[in-house]
This record gives sequence, structure tokens and C-alpha cells, in this order.
Amino acid sequence: MWDYSDKVREHFFNPRNAGLLDGANAVGDVGSIKCGDALRLMLKVDPASERILDASFQTFGCGSAIASSSALTEMVKGKTLDEALTVSNQDIADFLDGLPPEKMHCSVMGREALQAAVANYRGEAWQDAHAEGALVCKCFAVDSVLIEDVVRANGLTTVEQVSNYTKAGGGCASCHEGIEEILAKVAAERCTAPTAETKRCEPAPVAASAASPAPTARLTNFQRMRKIEETVESIRPMLQRDHGDIEIVEVDGKNIYVNLKGACQGCMLEASTLNGIQTRLVEELGEFVRLLPASMLGRALS
Amino acid sequence: MTPIYLDNNATTACDPAVVAAMLPYFTEQFGNPSSMHSFGNKVGLAIKGARESVQALLGAEHDSEIIFTSCGTESDSTAILSALRAQPERNQIITTVVEHPAILALCEQLEKDGYVVTRLGVDKRGRLDLDAYRAALGPRTAIVSVMWANNETGTLFPVEAMAELAHAAGAQFHTDAVQAVGKLPMDLKRTQIDMLSLSGHKLHAPKGIGVLYLRRGTRFRPFLRGGHQERGRRAGTENTASIVGLGVAAALAKNAIATENSTVRRLRDRLEAGILAQVSNAFVTGDISNRLPNTSNIAFEFIEGEAILLLLNKLGIAASSGSACTSGSLEPSHVMRAMGIPYTAAHGTTRFSLSRFTTEAEIDRVIAAIPPIIAQLRKISPYWGEQGPLANADESFAPQYS
Repeated sequence: MWDYSDKVREHFFNPRNAGLLDGANAVGDVGSIKCGDALRLMLKVDPASERILDASFQTFGCGSAIASSSALTEMVKGKTLDEALTVSNQDIADFLDGLPPEKMHCSVMGREALQAAVANYRGEAWQDAHAEGALVCKCFAVDSVLIEDVVRANGLTTVEQVSNYTKAGGGCASCHEGIEEILAKVAAERCTAPTAETKRCEPAPVAASAASPAPTARLTNFQRMRKIEETVESIRPMLQRDHGDIEIVEVDGKNIYVNLKGACQGCMLEASTLNGIQTRLVEELGEFVRLLPASMLGRALS
Repeated sequence: MTPIYLDNNATTACDPAVVAAMLPYFTEQFGNPSSMHSFGNKVGLAIKGARESVQALLGAEHDSEIIFTSCGTESDSTAILSALRAQPERNQIITTVVEHPAILALCEQLEKDGYVVTRLGVDKRGRLDLDAYRAALGPRTAIVSVMWANNETGTLFPVEAMAELAHAAGAQFHTDAVQAVGKLPMDLKRTQIDMLSLSGHKLHAPKGIGVLYLRRGTRFRPFLRGGHQERGRRAGTENTASIVGLGVAAALAKNAIATENSTVRRLRDRLEAGILAQVSNAFVTGDISNRLPNTSNIAFEFIEGEAILLLLNKLGIAASSGSACTSGSLEPSHVMRAMGIPYTAAHGTTRFSLSRFTTEAEIDRVIAAIPPIIAQLRKISPYWGEQGPLANADESFAPQYS
């Protein structure tokens, strides 16, 4: 049985705002009957202020789908449409005191229903871009489609790289066989693509397309610092999405000392997170640098 | 409120007599049956008794045809891998699309290793097409593995006739009978079945004990090699307490087969009729006239199974579902999909599986509990209107999704 929080159970057993909504002027229908989840979100929006006066839902789905729908209606009531659109799927999960990794897609469906309803109100077309594959990494809820896309886009060839890019496989490691199968599948596609000249299959360079070409000209000290800062800044949103963060403490020659904050702190993936960022820095700077936790700064000085 | 357990196809409660028989083998009867001294000898004799009891339940000709394993899955893997290794000139496996994952996942892996896997489809009642089976058999067929009874619907397959056809093609025949043993009378010596898997915990023995029936003369290669236990066909020190427990459970099951096919069947039919009389847009899945006496699988349209189970569980009623969500996978049960059950119904399939311990009072409580639960969930379903399902439900509500 799923390990549902009390709040999930409460919202499932006593769903708020279930049923049709009289006077609804924004409706979002999302989900997939194939996957067993489908949701209709109905909003009553005040045209003058664009404030959501009332919200209700109808859901075909499991306990967490119904609870996520119920939570969503409670969260958006009273908000303006723009405020409501800032509600992320993580917010929905947090509101319910968390969802099992296999069930995170229920909160994603809630967020999509909201986007679809707002688009419906504004007379815009809403296109859902996400495809979802079978869940491969259960520790971090990473599915096969995401892994495949990342492997393909970045020419990844090892499980370790996949962990650095997607976190998949970085936890209990029991999905490594599944990740290897995806790597083999993508590699086979590359190798069998018929080309006139190449007979032999060359492994694609790692992370070739992700990074801009490494600068060849030597950077000044100031440019180098700026580059390090820009690179780390570009990674921060990714960490923040998972409630983590990073800050640079010191740059000392080849050693860059950083603090991991929030959820990243003490996370079992700390090493692979640092590893992934280090790879990016090496690419950006065109030289080898080492990314170290700030805790090692003291040791280095003393 | 005492809980009601109607999930006996998932696992069963250990019979108290089984537990009582096992206890001494955790304490004073701790000997290794392979030992020469009396500590071992007594345990060895107890295992012999258990083997004979399983032999009697299956109707096997010899007690040496009974090999104790750790579970049904081990028995399945042993059977299929043995057939492939013992007949290297044959590379094809024939099975069905509705097998248990213990067979399907293994076959998927073997396919990656280069073996040819033929999966027989089923019709909307879950029945096999025997002509397709005949056509699939050939000189390269190493083994046919077909379940005796389906775990989700209870549908029975004609394994005895299929074994004869397999032999005519020179192939070995294995059946995963974990759901059938103890519910159907069996007399394996009068069949041509070469190998059969059973699992203790499906018939009121503990978990962690299984059996592979291996017909004398069937070419065999062990899965686990090592010591001489089980005549060298399954190495590893015996799980003595569980083997003794399984022996007792097998004897009890043999006596209870009549009860399964009278009392249990009547209660199952009462449950089914009671629910269907009150709930619209619901139907029984599988081959209704040819299935296990204890199993009922009902599809409740336009609602989802996990939600049904959670509400049932709140009332102390345990059942299971073929919905995607209960397994954490993305698709509903492969058995329901193979029968062409539409997604709007497949996700709402709910399996009730009874045992000889199920009472009439329990069944009546479940009959009373179901209708309000279904109504409650349909009330919030986007496919359901005031009066019932929306006309053209699939078109009236067609959510966007890539």
C-alpha cells in the first residue's frame, strides 16, 4: 500500500470542491485515460479583477489524483489568475505534505489543469508538451522518456553521466540495469543510422551539445571569476526547483569552494551534484577546475 | 469491526494447523536433514512426509518428482531455463500474453538474449486460440509455458490438452499452477504435463516455499547447483520448517477441494450477483463459466480501482485492482488490456478472491458496502452525469494529453 500522508488521505476521503461548478467560465480538461488519471478543473473567474471566486473539480483517478485535485482547488481560490499560475506541482505536493515518487505525476496533472483552465478563460490554445514514460528511478521519480531525451541531447554514454544530468540512478542504484538499457538503445540508434561515409560507429563526445564551445583564448582573472559566477548562476534554478541552492565562497586557483544549501545540504547526491557542476565549469572555462565543499576550505588553510 | 480478507489470490493466511506443525522445526527440530545423526534424521523424515503430501495433492506418480524451491517464481525460472539448457537445439518459447510477471519478465529477458518468444493472445473473455497455438508449435519449440488459472480473472486454460500438443511437437510443457493448486482436483500422472509450479502461500502455507513438479524422465538442468539436496536438482539447505508447513497445508487443501467447489463457489456467486444487482455499468471479466471457484473480477466503469480499494480498506475490506495506480506502472493490468477491456473499465477492475475461511456474513457485508463506494466515486468522475454515464462518455470528456 502507498505511504500516503495524513493530509493526502484526508483530502481523498473528504475531497473539497468536488463536482460541477455553476457559472464556471474557465474549464481545463487534462490527463490520460490510458494512464488512469483524468481531471476537469472548473473555475469561476471575476472578469474585472481576474480573481478566482470559486473552483471545483471532477477526477477519474487514484487516491492521490483526487487529493491533488482537491488541494489544487483550495490553493487557487481567492487568487488572481496570474497568482494562481505561480502554483507549481511541487507546491501542490507540499500542500499535501508530500506524495510518493510514483505519484508525483498527479500533482503535475493538477498544475496542467490549471494552465489549461486559464488558457481556456483567455481564449488561448493550450498545448501540453509533456510525455511521460515508465518510472525508471524510483528514488528521484525520473521516467524513461526524460532519461532518453537527456541521453540523446547530451550524447551520454554512462550511468554515472545520467545520474549527474537527471539524478536518475543516484540513489539506491537498483535501476542501473534499466538506465543501461536506455543507453544501449540510444547507442544502437546512433550506430545503425545509415551514413554514406562512416562505417564505424564513433561514440558521441560527452555533453557536446549542452555546453557552448569552450573558449580558447586565455581569460583574465576578472573574466574567469565572472564566468564561474555565470555558470553557477545558470545552474541554481535547477537546484532551487528541488528546494536546494548553491553559493560560491572562494576561488583559489584550480579550487572553487562552494556551499550547498537547502535540500542539497546533506543530500546523498551531494557528491554527484558537485560532480555535475564541476563538469559544466570545466567545459565553460576550458581548463580543469575542482569544485569542493566550503567545509574543505578551512582544512586547506590550516 | 473485524476486517474482511478477500485478496486470497495475492496471498492467504497460514492455517493455524500449519503454524503449529512448523513451530518445533524452529526450536528442537533444528537439525540439517543431510546430517547423519538423529538430529538430522528426524527432520529428513518430516521432509519425506511433506513430499508425499504434496505428491498426493498433485496426483504425481513418484514422490521424487516433487522438488522444493523458495517460491513460485523460482519454480517458473527453473523450468524455463532448464528446458532451454537441456535442449540447445531448440530456441523457441511459447507462452501467453496473460501470464504472471514471473514468466513474462523472464521471457522478455530471454528474448533480449536471442531466444524466440511466441506469446499467444486471448479473446475478450480471456480464452486462448488453440489453432494459433498449434500453428506456433514447431521443431524449434523448446518449451511451452501456460498458466493453469489466471490470477486476475481466474480463467482456466486447457493445459492438459495443450501438454499433449506440445509433446506431439517434441517440446516440453510447463504450467504455472500457483492459483490452481488446491482449488482444482489434479492427477498429474494421467496428464502429459512435464513441469508445474506451485507456491505455498497461495494455499495457506507460509511465504518463501514453493514446489517444482518435474515428471520423471524429463530432461533437466538445475537452476541452483551446489549440494546434493533435492537429488542435486535444487541445491541449498532445505527450508525445513516451511516444507513441513507446506506438507500440512497440502493435506488440508486436498480435503478442502470439495469445499472450494461447493461452499466457496456459492459465496463467490452470491457476492457477484449481489453487487451486479445493485451497481449499473459493471461487468464480470474473464471466462465466467470456466474459472476458479474463488475468484471474481468485476469492472466498475468510469472510476479508478485504487480509489475503490482505499475506500474499501477504510471499511476493513481487502481486495485488489487491475488499475495502473495500484502497481505504480503506467498502464492498467496487462490481462485486462489483452482482453480488450476499454481503459475506462480496465482501471476500475476490482478482484475479490475468497478462501475456505470466507463466511456468508462477510460476503453480505461486502455486498452492502460496495454500492455507496461506487456511487461516491462516480459522483466526482468527469465521465459521469446526474443520471449515469455521459452519453458518448469518451467524447464528452476528452482531456488533452500528448
